[in-house]
Amino acid sequence: MSVLRPLDKLPGLNTATILLVGTEDALLQQLADSMLKEDCASELKVHLARSLPLPANVNRPRIDLIVFVVNLHSKYSLQNTEESLHHVDTSFFLGKVCFLATGAGQENHCIIHRHTVVKLAHTYRSPLLFCDLEVEGFRATMAQRLVRMLQICAGHMPGVSALNLLSLLRSSESPSVEDL
Amino acid sequence: MDETIAEFIKRTILKIPMTEMTTILKAWDFLSENQLQTVNFRQRKESVVQHLVELCEENNASLNDAALLDIICEDVDLFDMKQFKSSFKKVLQRALKNVTVSFRDAEENAVWIRIAWGTQYTKPNQYRPTYVVYYSQTPYAFTSLSTLKSNIPLLGQALTIASKHHEIVKMDLRSRYLDSLKAIVFKQYNQNFETHNSTTPLQERSLGLHVNMDSRIIHENAMEKERVQRVTQETFGDHPQPQLEFAQYKLETKFRNGSILAEREEPLRCLIKFSSPHLLEALKSLAPAGIADAPLSPLLTCIPNKKMNYFKIRDK
Repeated sequence: MSVLRPLDKLPGLNTATILLVGTEDALLQQLADSMLKEDCASELKVHLARSLPLPANVNRPRIDLIVFVVNLHSKYSLQNTEESLHHVDTSFFLGKVCFLATGAGQENHCIIHRHTVVKLAHTYRSPLLFCDLEVEGFRATMAQRLVRMLQICAGHMPGVSALNLLSLLRSSESPSVEDL
Repeated sequence: MDETIAEFIKRTILKIPMTEMTTILKAWDFLSENQLQTVNFRQRKESVVQHLVELCEENNASLNDAALLDIICEDVDLFDMKQFKSSFKKVLQRALKNVTVSFRDAEENAVWIRIAWGTQYTKPNQYRPTYVVYYSQTPYAFTSLSTLKSNIPLLGQALTIASKHHEIVKMDLRSRYLDSLKAIVFKQYNQNFETHNSTTPLQERSLGLHVNMDSRIIHENAMEKERVQRVTQETFGDHPQPQLEFAQYKLETKFRNGSILAEREEPLRCLIKFSSPHLLEALKSLAPAGIADAPLSPLLTCIPNKKMNYFKIRDK
């Protein structure tokens, strides 16, 4: 059982790599395209995967940030995420994982309750972002946000680490589960 | 005329039953009206045949003409359109007295029938007719759904009797598109698929998904994607799917997970309906879009093969 570990490789020079994990390839592709349009001092690499574990024996760079994309319209998408999470080492969850829920805008197509993803993100102590990836404007904004997060997670922002960012996000955004 | 051709024509004509003789000879259209009138069809068969062969000799029949006669004879099920129409009309009129039946011949041995239904005491309602298309060379007829339930058995009876079949079976296949129904029923939908060894690489045939050119984007699960494409193509083929709008599953099965519902004695009744402007294309795109696993459930993929889109599922 191969597990992704955050520090098992040396970083590439000025390179930041993000891994997007989700069942709907078209959405991931669009998000990747939006991210790469951003102006960024670091060299960005985007890896797209349907699920984990990733194929072995492949030469890939160190992964700085994993984003699990969950489509609230699809139980299959949630199931896929839950199974993939088992293949991520716990040390990744110190700020290098985040959840992205899409489809909340079309409420009548949502079959996964918002509470479910909130609970999932809380269990893994990771931030949860909502964005309707099919809407271009929202997607562009989210892409910007993810690029900044990625740069921090790759250590390209002096003075800010992934763990710093995690604490910042937690205190200002996510209410605790008991409050819901 | 060659001796062998004469012999051939003689044997071919001998095979024709006397009741069909004039019909076939008229269909053959080789001997003229006048010539046929000179033949006494009430004689013994051998004499009739002899006379006919002599007439063929007069006209100098060629091998082609003989072959044509043979083809016409092979079509034993010589469908008589006139007879079908009159028989169909008679059945309905005998039962209902007030009924309007109209026919229109169409391509490919198809006849369109329009029926306006009345009863013994009321005139036919011209605003709610039933339309039927019958393909005479096949055992299939297609009808519109606007028929009152009470008239359906009578319609079935009329079709069965007029087409000289033994029984009529209602298929669980419905759609708005007659061409799609035809495609499924006559198995014509995969005629565009020419060879199994297509030379276009899998990448190019990828069902419209955006093929990425940016080298900074890496697809980790390329193998899995290829597998999904391959399985989808094996299941649905390369050709465009016939157009259906619904698939309906009536379930009467026991609940199967470990919960309280599984302890019920009686089966649960449940109706699942899939609807789409183009159901089969939608199903085909499910796995490549990442919404479902490939291969799909056979309950979904069997629709064109089984020629059904309305299913009843019970526990065995």
